[in-house]
Amino acid sequence: MKSFKFDGLVLPLFGILLVLALWHTVAGKKIYVLKESIEVVHASVIEAVPGGEAGWSTLKPLLNKPPLEAAKIAAAIKSLPNGAEIWTALEQNLEERRVGLISSLPNVVETWQASKLYIMEPFAKRGEMDQGILRFSWYSLILVAEGYSLALLIGTPIGFFLGLSPMFTKTFDPLIQILRPVSPLAWLPLGLVLFLSAGKDAGTYGALFTIAICSMWPTVLNTAVGVRAVPQDYLNVGKVLKLSRFKTLTKILIPATLPYMFTGFRLSLGIAWLVIVAAEMLTGRPGVGGFLWQEYNSLVYEHIILSIITIGVIGFILDRLMSLIEARFKAIS
Amino acid sequence: MKKFLDISRLIKTFPTPKGPLTVVRDFDLGVKKGEFITLIGHSGCGKSTVLSMVAGLTELTEGVIILAGKEVTEAGPDRGVVFQAPCLLPWYTAFENVMLGVDQVYYTATPLERSQIAEYYLTIVGLGDSMHKRPAELSQGMRQRCGIARAFALSPKMLLLDEPFGMLDSLTKYELQDVLLDLWQRDQKTALMVTHDVDEALYLSDRVVMMTDGPEATVGDILEVNFPRPRTRKQLMEDPEYYRLREHLIGFLEERSHLRPGKPSTAAVAH
Ligand SMILES: Nc1ncnc2c1ncn2[C@@H]1O[C@H](COP(=O)(O)OP(=O)(O)OP(=O)(O)O)[C@@H](O)[C@H]1O
Ligand SMILES: [Mg+2]
Repeated sequence: MKSFKFDGLVLPLFGILLVLALWHTVAGKKIYVLKESIEVVHASVIEAVPGGEAGWSTLKPLLNKPPLEAAKIAAAIKSLPNGAEIWTALEQNLEERRVGLISSLPNVVETWQASKLYIMEPFAKRGEMDQGILRFSWYSLILVAEGYSLALLIGTPIGFFLGLSPMFTKTFDPLIQILRPVSPLAWLPLGLVLFLSAGKDAGTYGALFTIAICSMWPTVLNTAVGVRAVPQDYLNVGKVLKLSRFKTLTKILIPATLPYMFTGFRLSLGIAWLVIVAAEMLTGRPGVGGFLWQEYNSLVYEHIILSIITIGVIGFILDRLMSLIEARFKAIS
Repeated sequence: MKKFLDISRLIKTFPTPKGPLTVVRDFDLGVKKGEFITLIGHSGCGKSTVLSMVAGLTELTEGVIILAGKEVTEAGPDRGVVFQAPCLLPWYTAFENVMLGVDQVYYTATPLERSQIAEYYLTIVGLGDSMHKRPAELSQGMRQRCGIARAFALSPKMLLLDEPFGMLDSLTKYELQDVLLDLWQRDQKTALMVTHDVDEALYLSDRVVMMTDGPEATVGDILEVNFPRPRTRKQLMEDPEYYRLREHLIGFLEERSHLRPGKPSTAAVAH
């Protein structure tokens, strides 16, 4: 018998640790190479820092044994009372390099150090493109919420029409099947063109358009399936009671379709969140995706990883929340 | 006497992948006001199909059904239907399920009066204490009771019941049969009920209509059941007439149900 904690907590944690370890192994790390021989370096440090001999004796074993790991040297310098002066003298004799299987990939420690500020002060605003990670996420979530609401408002009625009318299905289903696989990267430029006249808001409207059009399909299709799956028995009840069209819709069709609708809503939300990154990248809006793209351009690769993890975690939480709501509706019908 | 329900020359053909299937053919039946009719026949002969056409839920292929002087063209609350499975809407409580119909029929009444009507019928069928539960929280028998209350609360001209007690244990079945008889007598309804159960048919009905086997099923024989009302099971069991009628019904189902009336055959002559 496996306990809940083992399955639900220990195993996933183990999986995460395993991947972190793998990442750390293949990632690069910073090392130094001495530009001159160790004797020359010694002389220049002693010359620049009076009384540097004590510090030098601590550093020497490290400098003597390549590769000189940047992290270890930094730690040793920190422990010295006159470390700052010694570092200034030493630095001129060191050349920085990255080594490792994928040397350009920041490792776990580097990523954490570069991200600490963004995580520890998650809502700070230091500049337009330099804000806490949750503040960025918040901007993204707002944009997603708007685009997603639009998708539901448009998608649900379309789904009902498709489910109720075979004519409507025959007319529009092929079109939907053609539009559905189009990537957000393809829609976005069209979105920007459509709202060109909006001036500086074109980016926002274009992004909303893209999120809405990409994320509405699961809602459309699941709602349609749900409407078609409403048991004939329930519809017969409506007929016997001679319910009006409106009452049939609100008292029978919608409640019976809700579980399917919510499956669609959950999948749509997943896609909306997927699209946001692409939309922000291309429009350069502040947000978690915009931040990612900017940091790629400024060569701060650690922040790419921070953004990816943030996007993943938030997507996961959103999906869980929607699953909870979905399960509630499934339980009723 | 004038017929309250008149079914004449009814034909129902379903399109199937193997070509049209005529389930019912030349089905004729007249029902007087206040009568309790049961429809009995082998599984798949078309009983539900006939009932569903009277309810207006299935279109006729040919023929006419006239109810209280008006041709049946669509479903409506003047016919209370108790379905084979209770068909309660799972997202509403028993009370709300009944109210859905009451709101439709008594739209001129005040909300208080309407909820009193729903409560009245729910109490009669024995759901007084659990009317605010959802179907999922009710037993099979309780759901079936709720289905009956829903049909009766419409105050329909006619009750249509499709094997309403088919899935119940015999104790619950007896109890609900009495509830049904009680309501039927009190409200002076006309009832058409499908059943498999010979004893149920004899206990409840004024006439038992026996259907021949499908396809092309029709009325094979009609049995008058003239026991005085109110009836008790004990009184029927002690009556030799009861066993004679029972024999007749079982005899039809076992030996003669495959014969269409009017077609002379050796078996019919031997009888
Ligand atoms: N929609 C339909 N399409 C095609 N055939 C149908 C359809 N509905 C019913 N039938 C056929 O009509 C026949 C009669 O069905 P029906 O449900 O009326 O039987 P029944 O007498 O009520 O049976 P049971 O006692 O088992 O409920 C069956 O052979 C069935 O296969
Ligand atoms: Mg049936």
